[in-house]
Amino acid sequence: MARGKGLSTTLYEWIDERVQLESLIHFLSKKAVPQHRHSVWYYFGGMTLFLFFVQVGTGILLTMYYRPSAEEAYESVQFIMTEVRFGWLIRSIHSWSANLMIATMFIHLFSVYFLKAYRKPRELTWVTGFGLFALVLAFGFSGYLLPWNELSFFATKVGTEIAGIVPFVGRFLVRLLRGGDDVTGATLSRFYGFHIAILPGMVTLILTIHVLLVQRLGMSVPIKVEKEGEAGHGPVKDVPFFPNFFLHDLLGWYVVIAVLAALAALMPWELGKKADLFAPAPAGIRPEWYFVYMFQTLKFIPAKILGMDGEVLGILAFGLGGLFLLLVPFLDRDPAHHRRTRLFSGIGVFIVVYIIVLTIVGYRV
Amino acid sequence: MNSQPTQGTSPIETPRRSFLSFLLSTSIGASIVAIFYPVLKYLTPPKTGEPATASVVIAKGNELKSNSGQIFKFGSKPGILVRTPDGEFRAFSAICTHLECTVQYKKETSQIWCACHNGIYDLSGRNVSGPPPRPLETFKVNLRGEDVVVSKG
Repeated sequence: MARGKGLSTTLYEWIDERVQLESLIHFLSKKAVPQHRHSVWYYFGGMTLFLFFVQVGTGILLTMYYRPSAEEAYESVQFIMTEVRFGWLIRSIHSWSANLMIATMFIHLFSVYFLKAYRKPRELTWVTGFGLFALVLAFGFSGYLLPWNELSFFATKVGTEIAGIVPFVGRFLVRLLRGGDDVTGATLSRFYGFHIAILPGMVTLILTIHVLLVQRLGMSVPIKVEKEGEAGHGPVKDVPFFPNFFLHDLLGWYVVIAVLAALAALMPWELGKKADLFAPAPAGIRPEWYFVYMFQTLKFIPAKILGMDGEVLGILAFGLGGLFLLLVPFLDRDPAHHRRTRLFSGIGVFIVVYIIVLTIVGYRV
Repeated sequence: MNSQPTQGTSPIETPRRSFLSFLLSTSIGASIVAIFYPVLKYLTPPKTGEPATASVVIAKGNELKSNSGQIFKFGSKPGILVRTPDGEFRAFSAICTHLECTVQYKKETSQIWCACHNGIYDLSGRNVSGPPPRPLETFKVNLRGEDVVVSKG
């Protein structure tokens, strides 16, 4: 071993000799991110990813005390909240972080939509992103039941019953989700399995593809900015990923940590009343905020429309809305030059306004 | 059949190759089916026979006040016993026909109400307002001393 070399240098050289770290460092030092007036939207993907890691960390900690059975689930969460040191903090962070993650994911999804970053060649990045969106909602839905309280019990009853509306395989799906005909302890075991094993596995796989695609294709530059560059305003500026963009990202994460800590400390997540399978649904019941627009729509839809059950039509409309979002890169094929593309922006505005208005109405009625 | 040795892509080799490809792909397909069929069947919960509950006795049910309701267990499902403002007993399945929430009695309006999506039924179990598409299932009610006996109609 050469004299005078520090331990870290020696260690670096030892690893570099075996796995060629030099080429990776060279690659990262050359990596650049476009810098323009819409760059701020780039940070929401990173924030969502950061919150996902918070979820993994706090989720693993919660498994140390949580017991997934109808008899013990509520009591074990109560134990975490009241007896375990910092248990209230870990659980509150897990719940708040889940909600923040869904919020940043909504912002990320719609900013990508309106900047038309889904256009060629990034169609697959969009499709995998949409897959992650669906999986994160499934995470929220399955995790909501785990404390086994009154609200989550009825939310799960309604939510799983909605799956029964799917033609031909509906009843099969309901049984598959519930682990039987009704929401019982069997549903809790199953949702626990979804929440801590199946969904994390699926998210890890799709997230890896999503991040690799982002890496491979680079950040998308909005059409307007691209055109301005072509029109003589000079090429779009780049900033190095390391350290400039990364430090901005880090700053965003610190903001998230501050918000999370404040929310968890000042407004610890409530546990509510234990689920009673034979109690009526309580007045004022409502799902988590990100499902409220659907819930409110189902409240407004009349029992029968043109001879069909109203809720079937409502769910069908939401299904078609989801399918539209999934396929938008293939429908809006020439966003740079085609007038039709304005229609897609209009549809996007309609979707956002619909979600916001129905959510507000849901909290007021 | 030609007994001459074949070379290159002779006519006999192509069918052999496609036959082998066929065998390979079908065996891979069969392996996938053999793996996923039991998994899918495992995930499908076993059918537990419908509970044979035909009737339940609600002890001291006749103590229920007029213009009120009470949830009771009918096998593994909730039922609702209602005493109308006239003092008459009625019983229904407490499962809302909209999306399966459990309904409750609303004194102020003397109706059966589902808090989940604001579905309303009258005291005959008919869906009168909100999203429920069908009436509640009606049970028979008989009085036996202080107890109320509820049975499937």
